[in-house]
Amino acid sequence: MTTARTYRDALAFAAAKEMDADPSVFVFGLDVPDHKRIFGSTKGLVEKFGIDRCFGTPLSEDAMTGVAIGAALSGLRPVHVHIRADFLLLGMNQIANVMSSLRYMSGGSLRLPLVIRAIIGRGWGQGAQHSKSLHGVFGHFPGLKVGLPTSPQDAYSMLRAAIRDENPVILLEHRWLYDIEGPVDENHLPLLEGPVVVRPGNALTVACTSWMTIEALKAAEVLAKHGVELEIVDIRTVAPLDETVVADSVAKTGHCIVADYDWLYSGFSAELAARISHRCFGSLRCPIERIGFAQVPCPTTRPLENLFYPSAVHIIRVAERMLGLPMIDLNHETFYSYEERFKGPF
Amino acid sequence: MLTKSEGLQLYRSLLLIRLTEEAIRSHYHLDEMKTPVHLGIGQEAIPVGVCHCLPKNAVTFGTYRNHALYLALTQETDRFFAELFGKETGLGRGKAGSMHLCAPGQGLMATSAVVATTIPLAVGAALAHAYRKESTPVAVFFGDGAMEEGVFWESLNFASLRSLNILFVCEDNGLAIHTGASDRRGFSSAVRSVQGFRCKTASADGSDLSAVIRATERLRAEMAQSKQPGFLHLTYLRFLEHVGINEDFAVGYRDSPSPEERIARDPVARFTAQLLALGCAQGELDEMRTGVEAQVECSLNRARDARLPADEALYEDLLI
Ligand SMILES: Cc1ncc(C[n+]2csc(CCOP(=O)(O)OP(=O)(O)O)c2C)c(N)n1
Ligand SMILES: [Mg+2]
Repeated sequence: MTTARTYRDALAFAAAKEMDADPSVFVFGLDVPDHKRIFGSTKGLVEKFGIDRCFGTPLSEDAMTGVAIGAALSGLRPVHVHIRADFLLLGMNQIANVMSSLRYMSGGSLRLPLVIRAIIGRGWGQGAQHSKSLHGVFGHFPGLKVGLPTSPQDAYSMLRAAIRDENPVILLEHRWLYDIEGPVDENHLPLLEGPVVVRPGNALTVACTSWMTIEALKAAEVLAKHGVELEIVDIRTVAPLDETVVADSVAKTGHCIVADYDWLYSGFSAELAARISHRCFGSLRCPIERIGFAQVPCPTTRPLENLFYPSAVHIIRVAERMLGLPMIDLNHETFYSYEERFKGPF
Repeated sequence: MLTKSEGLQLYRSLLLIRLTEEAIRSHYHLDEMKTPVHLGIGQEAIPVGVCHCLPKNAVTFGTYRNHALYLALTQETDRFFAELFGKETGLGRGKAGSMHLCAPGQGLMATSAVVATTIPLAVGAALAHAYRKESTPVAVFFGDGAMEEGVFWESLNFASLRSLNILFVCEDNGLAIHTGASDRRGFSSAVRSVQGFRCKTASADGSDLSAVIRATERLRAEMAQSKQPGFLHLTYLRFLEHVGINEDFAVGYRDSPSPEERIARDPVARFTAQLLALGCAQGELDEMRTGVEAQVECSLNRARDARLPADEALYEDLLI
C-alpha cells in the first residue's frame, strides 16, 4: 500500500513495523520518548510498545554506544538515536574500535545487528558543533554500513533494512529532509539500497549525498529550461559502496560532478571521484569536479553559512564551466533558503 | 554580610542579565538573531555570585547556556549582542553564535554546545597553573546533565588526584531538555557522589544570591586550606523552555510553579527584597534599572546597525 508520508513519519512508521514484527527490536537514546519525539521521528512508539522498548537514556553517549553493542551481541536489535550526528563522536571508541571490528576479530563468530540513527543539523546558527554529517568518517572504517536516506521512501525502506541487517548500520538523516512529503510504499522491499538514478539526463552526471540530491534536482530544473539535462544519482549507501550506477551514468554523459554533503578533503567525494576516474577514464571528457563544504568549521552567521554550504547555484555554475556554456541569469530563480526550510531555534 | 554598595553592584549585574535576556525574548521573533538561544532566566544568581567571589584573574569555562556567565564576568553587551546578530563586531566575529561565546580577555576561555566538553579543558587550565606554580583559580560551570557523562568523572578524578585549584560549579535545574533527574540518574545525591573523591563540596539555593556567595566563599576557604578542588552544587528553576524564548510549563513534562515559587525562584526578586531590607531605596533601584535598560537598548541597536562579516572572513581565523 502506498501512502503520502513525511520523512519523519516514514521513520516512525518503519520503526513501528519492525518493532511489531520482532520483539527483540527496541529504540533508545536521549530524549527519544519526550514530547518532541526527536522531531517526530519516534512518534507513537512509546504509546504502542511501552517504555521498555522505547526509552530515554542519561547523557552518556560513550557508554550507551557500548550498551547497544552489548545488547546486540546478546540477541537484541537496538536502534540508538541521536539528535545530532556530532554527538556520535563521544561514542567514537565504541564505534571505531569495537563496533566495526568485533565480528572480524571473532573470526566471524559474533554478530552485531544494531542501528544508529543520527540527525545532521543545519542552519539557524547550528555552528561548528551541531552540523556535521560524518558519513565519510564512518565509511572509512571497514565493518560498518553507512547510509543517508533522502526520500521518505528511502527513510522507510532503509531504516527497516538497517534494523533487519545482521551488521552494524549507521543512518544519517538531514534535518531539512524531515518535512519532505512523498509516496511511501510500505511493501517496498526493505533494502539498504545503493545508488539510484533519481532523474535521468544525458549531459552530465551529478552524484549526490543526502541534501545535495535536493539541491541537484533544483539545479537540473533550472538547467533543463536551457536545454541541459542533468542525470542525478543519489548515492544513499556510502558504505559498502557500489559505484556501478554512477559509472554507467558517466559512461553515457561523459561528465561527472560529485556533490557531497561534507568537506571535500579526505572525504567520500574523493573516494567516489577516484573510483569513477578509474572506471570511466576512457569516457570522461573533462576531469571530475567535486562540490562540498568550505574547508573550515561551520560558521554561525548567515552570510558565512551561505558561503560554507554548497548549493544548486554551485552545481549550475560548475556544470556550465564543464560543458562550456554561457552563464545563465539566475536572478529570477528561487532557490532553497533557510527561511523556506528551517527556522530556529533548534 | 554584603555592604550596600556591593549589594548595588551585584544587583546591577543580575539586572543586566535579566534585561538582556528579556530583550532577546522580545526581539527574537524578528528573526534577526539567527542562533539557538538557551536563556538563563532563573540562573542569574549563580554566575553573579560565584564570579563575585573569584579574583579578577580567575579563568572560567562554561556551556551553551552561557549568557549569564558572560555578562556577569564582563558587564559588556555591545560585542555580545553583535555576536547574536552574527555581526563582524561580535565576540567571535559571527562564527560563534550564542552557544560558543568566549572572552579570553575577561577570563572566559571557552564554552561549548556539546554537553560536558569544557570540564576537562578547565582541569587542563588548572594543571597549567599548577605547572607554573601560579595561584590563578579556575571555575567551570556545567548543567546537572553533564554529570552523566564519563568525562565529568574522569576530570573530577584527575583534579582530585593532582589537587588542582578548580571549582566545579553544577548549575542544577533538575532538567536535561525535558527529562527530569529521576529518569536519568542511578544516584540520589550529586554532592554525596562527589564526596568519595578528595574534593571539597558545598551546596546552596542558586536562586538566592547571598546564599550562593556564602557557599562559594566557604568552599573556597576550605579548598585553600586543604589544597583540594571544590564541587559547588547550586539549584535553580529554568523558567523557560530548554532552547528558545518561551515558557513551556503548559506542555506537561513538569509542573507549573506556584505564584509563591515563582517569586522564591526568581533571583532578581529575591535579591531586591534583600536590598530593600538592607536600606536601599526603591528609587535607587529604579534608577539603576533605567541605566541598565539604556545600556541594553543601545547595544542592541548598535548590533543591528553593525556590518555582517565580509566574504573573506570565511577562511580567516582557522590556523595561525
Ligand atoms: C554530548 C551531548 N549530548 C547531547 C546533547 C543534546 N543536549 C543539549 S543540551 C542537553 C541537556 C543538558 O542538560 P544540562 O547539562 O542539565 O544543562 P541545562 O541545559 O539544563 O543547562 C542535551 C541532552 C549535547 N548537546 N551534547
Ligand atoms: Mg539541567
